[in-house]
Amino acid sequence: MLNKRLIPKLQLKAEQFGSKTKMVLVTTRQFGEVIPIGDPVSQARIYQSQAADELIFLDIRPQEGQWELLTGLLRQVAEEVFMPFTVGGGVRTLEDFRLLLSNGADKVSINSAAVQNPDLITRASERFGAQCVIVSIDYRRMPDGSFQVFTQSGQNPTGLDPISWALEAERRGAGEILLTSIDHDGKQEGLDIATAALLQGKLNIPLILGGGCGLARHFIDGFTQGGAEAVCAGTFFCFRDQNPIQTRSHIKNAGIPIRIHN
Amino acid sequence: MVGIVDYGMGNLLSVFNALDWIGAEVEIITSPPDLESAERIILPGVGAFRDCIATLNETGFAAALQREVIEKKKPIFGICLGMQVMAKRGLEGGKWEGLGWFDADIVRIQPDDPQLKVPQVGWNQIQYDQQHPIFQELPQNPEFYFVHSYHMAFRQPQDIVATTDYGMAVTAAVCRENIFATQFHPEKSQDYGLKILENFLNWGRDQ
Repeated sequence: MLNKRLIPKLQLKAEQFGSKTKMVLVTTRQFGEVIPIGDPVSQARIYQSQAADELIFLDIRPQEGQWELLTGLLRQVAEEVFMPFTVGGGVRTLEDFRLLLSNGADKVSINSAAVQNPDLITRASERFGAQCVIVSIDYRRMPDGSFQVFTQSGQNPTGLDPISWALEAERRGAGEILLTSIDHDGKQEGLDIATAALLQGKLNIPLILGGGCGLARHFIDGFTQGGAEAVCAGTFFCFRDQNPIQTRSHIKNAGIPIRIHN
Repeated sequence: MVGIVDYGMGNLLSVFNALDWIGAEVEIITSPPDLESAERIILPGVGAFRDCIATLNETGFAAALQREVIEKKKPIFGICLGMQVMAKRGLEGGKWEGLGWFDADIVRIQPDDPQLKVPQVGWNQIQYDQQHPIFQELPQNPEFYFVHSYHMAFRQPQDIVATTDYGMAVTAAVCRENIFATQFHPEKSQDYGLKILENFLNWGRDQ
């Protein structure tokens, strides 16, 4: 039986250290406050030893055309981390896809560029295969109770409804959807289960749900009530005395099929 | 030396790194004649069947593989699409002739359970249909990372060495003489995946 997936999300930001610029692991709160945590490569190694199922790397402040820092990081990770990883942040073109895939990424996530140019989903899917095209969707609840997709790290309203946008991304050839509620991000009060469940009734590709896990219970809710194939979390694994091994045991105990390694 | 066939499809870096990690002498082979110097061969692959076989034919790798694998009987390990292309026919978006090493068709997976989505993405347990040296020292039902929409369907299942359950029996690993291949990605399957690659390096050595 296919297992549900537990995916640590490593958010990245370029930081200046003297004359050097390095990628630093950070967490965010409702996409605003950015808190530096440490070195992403050593953290990726630790997640591997804790048998995480996959990793997601997201550059939250990408600078156009500047891929050296990210590709350098990917090559370092790929040398010793033997699990699938997704990379995103600032991807705009097929050439960006090719560059990231050839530097060790298995999947590439696109967010703002997919909204601006939905044809990118189709072309990337045709060229590299649907399995490596992840469409990442960030959304907020509006004052009138409706939901709206935001791009550019939560800055730009798009007028799109997250559910219909996810279904359009599927039609255009996305391999998986990464769905994040900006309102829930980093608050550790639980995922937006209602929106996930609504989408899952209609979606035919895997759903990765993120934003808001603060307890093992929240992951369980994401799988059982939200129906997600995978749940990802950043803050949860950075600020709690929690790691994927412990969380996985809680999930397993709730009767959900998940890998327990050794 | 272990040669990884580079015909322009798939993430070779991960396969290279995994073999390097377990101490193999490994090279990426971009020119078909260089396959001659490889003692063992890895055939990776991601993408569509038609593109894969067309590229293998155009680059001359199909002929070189035929010589090294079928005539000289060098051990080969196919991964994902690299396994699928070893079948007689691919039925992905038409009918395409494969390398023909396995008497099988590549067909879309159709799970019984409507909750199960295609592609299958994630970690699934395998069941052994046969004992095989490449499974040495692995537990009874190890988990591996799969990502695929098609699988290898046989009329005669004697070449299937492992299957996985995805609302139907999905072919997970096949073997015929010196040819071994997996639908899952050992290079992305942490310790068990590395173990399988290590076992491949030793396969046939002590006999």
